Amino acid sequence: MPTDLPAAGSPPARVAFYNDPKVRSIAYQVALCAVVGFLVFAAARNAIVNLERAHIASGFGFWNRTAGFDISQTLIAFDSATSSYGRAFWVGLLNTLLVAGLGILFATVFGFIIGIARLSKNWLVAKAASGYVETIRNIPLLLQLLFWYNAVLKALPNIRDSFVVPGGIYLNNRGLFLPRPVVEPGFGWALIALIAGIIGAVAYYVWARRRQEQTGQQAPVFLVGVALVIGLPLIGLALAGFPLTFELPKAGRFNIEGGVEVLPELAALLFGLTIYTAAFIAEVVRAGIAAVSRGQTEAAYSLGMRPGPTLRLIVVPQAMRVIIPPLTSQYLNLTKNSSLAVAIGYPDLVQVFTGTVLNQTGQAVEVVAITMAVYLTISLATSLLMNIYNSRIALVER
Amino acid sequence: MTMSEGDLAVTEIRFVRETPIAPRPAPASMTGALGWLQQNLLSSWFNIILTIWIVLLFAWAIPELVKFLIVDAVWTGADRDACREVVQHREIGACWPFVWERWSYFVYGSYPIPERWRVDVFFTMLALGVGWMLWLEAPRRDLGSVYFFVILPISSFILLTGWNAIGLPPVDTALWGGMLVTIVVASVGIVCSLPLGILLALGRRSRMPAVRLFSVIFIEFVRGVPLVTVLFMASVMLPLFVPEEYSPDKLVRALVGIALFASAYMAEVVRAGLQAIPKGQFEGAMAVGLGYWQMMRLIILPQALKVTIPNIVNTYIGLFKDTTLVFIVGIFDFLRTVEVARIDPKWATPVTSTTGYAVAAIFYLIFCYGMSRYARAMEARLGKGDRR
Repeated sequence: MPTDLPAAGSPPARVAFYNDPKVRSIAYQVALCAVVGFLVFAAARNAIVNLERAHIASGFGFWNRTAGFDISQTLIAFDSATSSYGRAFWVGLLNTLLVAGLGILFATVFGFIIGIARLSKNWLVAKAASGYVETIRNIPLLLQLLFWYNAVLKALPNIRDSFVVPGGIYLNNRGLFLPRPVVEPGFGWALIALIAGIIGAVAYYVWARRRQEQTGQQAPVFLVGVALVIGLPLIGLALAGFPLTFELPKAGRFNIEGGVEVLPELAALLFGLTIYTAAFIAEVVRAGIAAVSRGQTEAAYSLGMRPGPTLRLIVVPQAMRVIIPPLTSQYLNLTKNSSLAVAIGYPDLVQVFTGTVLNQTGQAVEVVAITMAVYLTISLATSLLMNIYNSRIALVER
Repeated sequence: MTMSEGDLAVTEIRFVRETPIAPRPAPASMTGALGWLQQNLLSSWFNIILTIWIVLLFAWAIPELVKFLIVDAVWTGADRDACREVVQHREIGACWPFVWERWSYFVYGSYPIPERWRVDVFFTMLALGVGWMLWLEAPRRDLGSVYFFVILPISSFILLTGWNAIGLPPVDTALWGGMLVTIVVASVGIVCSLPLGILLALGRRSRMPAVRLFSVIFIEFVRGVPLVTVLFMASVMLPLFVPEEYSPDKLVRALVGIALFASAYMAEVVRAGLQAIPKGQFEGAMAVGLGYWQMMRLIILPQALKVTIPNIVNTYIGLFKDTTLVFIVGIFDFLRTVEVARIDPKWATPVTSTTGYAVAAIFYLIFCYGMSRYARAMEARLGKGDRR
């Protein structure tokens, strides 16, 4: 019988200190911090040495210096002779947000249509939709962007032979030209009517909902809402004598003047992002609807609900809980993918700031850091909102 | 007159059927090709309209595609004149002679012509390794993994970059291009991202606050920014952070960027797999006295990786598509070679761009679709044990 076993009741044998999990864990963490700290320190030291050798200034002093280059699409006033690099940053950021916002809108609509089509009982529709998804998801976005830009939009006829749609729309290899709405005095009344209509619609919705909860009577919320939001501004417009005219683009010999110009770069980027992201959104939607068990639909039918209300009141609310988180990450992907604009020359944040400004100033560290900070802010803010939303709609069990 | 039960009892029963009626066949509208048509394509007015619409779409698109790729396509020729409508006086589809002539550029880039056999050997070795790994019933898969993860990377590195001592002249990576670069970037990303991703995922679930903090910061930072900016960082900032004499070449910088980017995404995929493992597995492993790494290696990771294989392959598909972005930092990957070739004046025609992009699309489609089919087959195979 071994004699070195501790007798019952005596305190357990102490392990050597280097085998103590607590000591080990602290040692590992200290070592990790030391390694990371050393890497950061070495990188910073090297960067200082390298920057000095290359005679590159550091710091954010460049922000207020005159940029001296032109940007093809500016949502805010930008002048190459006087505007600063900081201004160029804002122009680029706004262009990114513009393309991301429009892309999200179109991709959502298109993606939901394709996603629902994949679940259609019509065999042909379902197969066509899944063929679309499989093809588009497996071709790199950059290739699609280059295709839309170089092979489709740049191959359109030049200005003299542009496609003309009656009503003042021109399409050629310089872009798409649309009539520009011009606001005349008196338009403010229509705006006031629009705001009143929206407030009225919300109020009606709240009232109708409260009444339905108390009495069970339903009200035509949708119809009344549409009438208020669209009808009131129209009446306002009519009373003010339609103070809105359109400035038509005029085709000259070499260029088109007036109107709104949609750059081919913007159009190609929108096309590419919409078509690509819609394929992913379609998958998200399909998975979300498929996640609602059939029993839910059957139960609704057995209560006597028609297919329309079943979809609206039973299936979609439950599917949305599954759909929204991945949908948001698709929105983020679209926003991040809009940085591929640099390949086709759309002046987004990356093209203007990380491209031109970086080349002119040479201040790689600052410029790349600012660009990354912008995207990081967008991403983190979105995921914060997402977490709040998720905790609100998560299934409460037990 | 009303009848009660009592009345029925005394009424003489005239006819009782003693054998069941033979079942009638289903209505013609429910069976056969016609029934299928009616149920699947023509069940309502809305469906009929949709069907007609889709049929019209296909009737327009498929002949156009066939016409462009085959019927009107030019198959032989020496330069752009073969593919120009003004010269040939007919409608011109795809310009294939452009692809034939540029094919070796698409595959090897500017790799020196006498050394191109080395690239072929690399492709063969890689195909062998991939086949060995993917074919689950292959003999000696343990040897296969040693080959794939140890022998293959070292020997391909020596083979492709060259080593004077064994008579292979060095080839500068600036000369690499085409599918060679695409496949090298994708393979490096694939091989590096899984181990790095596993480490990051374990770090994120670690109980040591410092480890967790660094992992979370890295993962969230990389996932929050576009790959383009990571590549820009790798290509313009990395040279600043290392002493000048060790400054890595362009391709290595892009590889670092891609590998770090992919590993952050991989970490999240692996973490999802780890979360799917019930707590009892961890407790069971600890109860039999396994240490942390033994527990992970023998109990947790095999199960976690099994459930995440489809997602891992999906990440790989994304990575393969993302390799095209090295284009933006000036590396001649396959897409860049297509882009360069299509603006070459020798072949400048209205159809050259479309032809080039079609070839590129087919290339990526084959690889990505192949991977996704493999993932699905794998999922079905691994799921067998869980099905009842």
